[in-house]
Amino acid sequence: MIFRSTKLDNLLAARFTMGYSMAFHIIFACIGMTMPFLMVVSHWLYIKRKDEIYLRLTKTWSKGVAIFFAIGAVSGTALSFELGLLWPGFMKHAGAIIGMPFSWEGTAFFIEAVCLGLFLYGWNKLNPYLHWASGLMVGISGVASGIFVVTANAWMNSPAGFDWVNGQAVNIDPWAAMFNDAWVSQTLHMTIAAFEATAFGVAGLHAILLLRKKNVLLHKRAMIIALAIGSVAAIIQPLSGDFSAKDVAKRQPIKLAAMEGQFETEKGAGLTIGGIPNQEKRTMEYGIKIPKALSFLAYGDFDAEVKGLNDFPEEYLPPVAFVHFSFQVMVACGTFLAALGIIFWIIWFKTKDFLLHPKFLKVVAVGTPLGFIAVETGWIVTEVGRQPWIIYEILTTAESVSPVPGQIFHLIVFVISYMILAFAAVWLMRRQIKALDNDFPEEQLKTAE
Amino acid sequence: MLYVVILFLLASVYLYCLLGGADFGAGIIELFARGKSKLHTRALVTRAMAPIWEANHMWLIITIVILFNAFPPIYTRISITLYIPLILMLLGIILRGTSFTFRHYDIKTDFSQEVYSKIFEVASFIVSFFLGMLIGAVVSGKIMLHPEGFWEAYMNPWLNWFSISTGLFVTTIFAFIASVFLIGDSDNEELRKEFIGKSQKATLLMIAAGGLVFVASIIENVDFAFDFISNPFSIGLIAAATVVLPILWMVIKRGKKWSSRIITGAQLLFIISAFYAVYFPKIVVFKDAEDLTLFNSAAPDITVSLLAWALMLGSLLIFPALIYLLRVFKHLEDKNGWTSTPS
Repeated sequence: MIFRSTKLDNLLAARFTMGYSMAFHIIFACIGMTMPFLMVVSHWLYIKRKDEIYLRLTKTWSKGVAIFFAIGAVSGTALSFELGLLWPGFMKHAGAIIGMPFSWEGTAFFIEAVCLGLFLYGWNKLNPYLHWASGLMVGISGVASGIFVVTANAWMNSPAGFDWVNGQAVNIDPWAAMFNDAWVSQTLHMTIAAFEATAFGVAGLHAILLLRKKNVLLHKRAMIIALAIGSVAAIIQPLSGDFSAKDVAKRQPIKLAAMEGQFETEKGAGLTIGGIPNQEKRTMEYGIKIPKALSFLAYGDFDAEVKGLNDFPEEYLPPVAFVHFSFQVMVACGTFLAALGIIFWIIWFKTKDFLLHPKFLKVVAVGTPLGFIAVETGWIVTEVGRQPWIIYEILTTAESVSPVPGQIFHLIVFVISYMILAFAAVWLMRRQIKALDNDFPEEQLKTAE
Repeated sequence: MLYVVILFLLASVYLYCLLGGADFGAGIIELFARGKSKLHTRALVTRAMAPIWEANHMWLIITIVILFNAFPPIYTRISITLYIPLILMLLGIILRGTSFTFRHYDIKTDFSQEVYSKIFEVASFIVSFFLGMLIGAVVSGKIMLHPEGFWEAYMNPWLNWFSISTGLFVTTIFAFIASVFLIGDSDNEELRKEFIGKSQKATLLMIAAGGLVFVASIIENVDFAFDFISNPFSIGLIAAATVVLPILWMVIKRGKKWSSRIITGAQLLFIISAFYAVYFPKIVVFKDAEDLTLFNSAAPDITVSLLAWALMLGSLLIFPALIYLLRVFKHLEDKNGWTSTPS
């Protein structure tokens, strides 16, 4: 019964609401952070080569940025309230400790909003280079604000900068809290992921449009810019992932064990690919095992000991299967995109003509959602993998949840409104693309020849 | 350093009410415009708001960040007790921002424009109203530390005549600010006259709603009315707000755009200060416990001073950028009478 919700239902509803709000916001945040860089490259090419197609591309992209930025800004505002609405027990302590990066984020976000206004409305009004620089500043401040927010999340995984005495934080040191042990690995991984997801998303969209053979020149250039940026991100991402995994192995052995579905503590542990963790029987069923690989990946030593889940009390374990699957999906998506990135550069240097080959375009099209799926599943690993803690080994999620009953209504209302927003955004994009086709029939004639 | 943070907090609230309020007010004026007036009001609002609304919205984020960083007990108390109106306000904020952007950027102009506009207008009204309700609710003295039952805990603090009247008051204030700002944005004499008419109505409504706050405070047994009258600062400030009213009308008649805006800004400052002088330094007024003030809820010194530095350094970046943004668009507008369609 929804009307007589128990404490547990309330916690579950609050967790779903938070997860849903984050999952929604992160897509728009990624786009808002990195789309400006794509725009800036195209804008630069226009300024240098005076090629109208780049101008049109820049303007088309900038409209997308404006729409996505607005959704990102309002859903981000919602999150800044939801932290307190859903987790007052957490914010009561965390605010004073980890509020500092949020105050910097506020500044960065402000600059981003101002520069976006200048960029979008500055055509023919600002000096071209100043105008271009305002676009660049949108991207830089966007990335900066992303980094500040992720720093705060890193602190939840790797609490620092306070002493926990009788359920109260004392001796607070916001600097130490912000520059906690996890901040480098997490912000690096997320920033690269944002570029990867957005760029491949954009490239895939233009590949789909190229398959329809309309505005070929524009979509081709768009796809190349996006693939060039996305491929670099995708190729370096596994390195950053390796760095993150080693970091997690050191700081949060339970999370690592859940990611890998490692139940027994063992030396020279193998890496399981696929597989279904059975939390009741405490075994990993099916899956392919690569001997000693996990020990090496986590500790750089084939014979290192990897802690298994069985070494920890049951109440401190996250839902293992969910974390394991999410991790595997993330890695699979990342691997696909890295391979696609390498293929792109091979084609670029060997046979450029193949870029417009339907087979290649179809592969790029398949990659459209994969970066975002990797971002979502990666966040599931980070957040669900930390459960039952909200501040790792300090405060549990259950202790932090709001006492207000009926959280389920909050969930329902937000699910509905964000769904509407998502549909509206997709619908608007389709209209923009259709208009693009109708606006330039003469170019289509040219390219059709 | 705590005083620096308090100053920034109050300044952010003020700037959100002024700049964000002007944007909300624009939606409210649209909502109540009729017939032909509705169409050109929409066009004017879109043109005036588009480049700056996101920057104006940021003051809310700054306010929230200051609250949870430097005054965590206040932030968490408001989050718990005023959960329901906060969610409703958030929904309004989400709908308003996105529908405004959609209206502006949608490439086709068909039935969808009507939908975006309706959502934008209604959401503008709702957000203003709930924002005002929240302000009334935190100081109403109806918040309880040990409430009995759902109503007393989560409803009564905001669903009472006092909060409703502050909600209406804030709504009329926002409409008033927007109407004065829009007089300056009007590009022809006819439109100017129309908005002068609207702002006269808004002024009268604002005064009426202000009176309502006093009446409601007596009905609801909130100490506001008596404390206000016996507070020399409040009386002085409200007198100042009244005195500048005729000056404002004189300036508007002479067509002085920026002077009229500055006077409106000053008037808002007087009204807010008059209201808050009654309560300073209290933020959350409890019925059954010691009130939460800006002093007894402050985070440890180190947090406060780091925040103060962040705000001071941040404002060195923010204010020049913001002023530049406003100058670029306002200056060009004055010179060329441009229309701000993004091309």
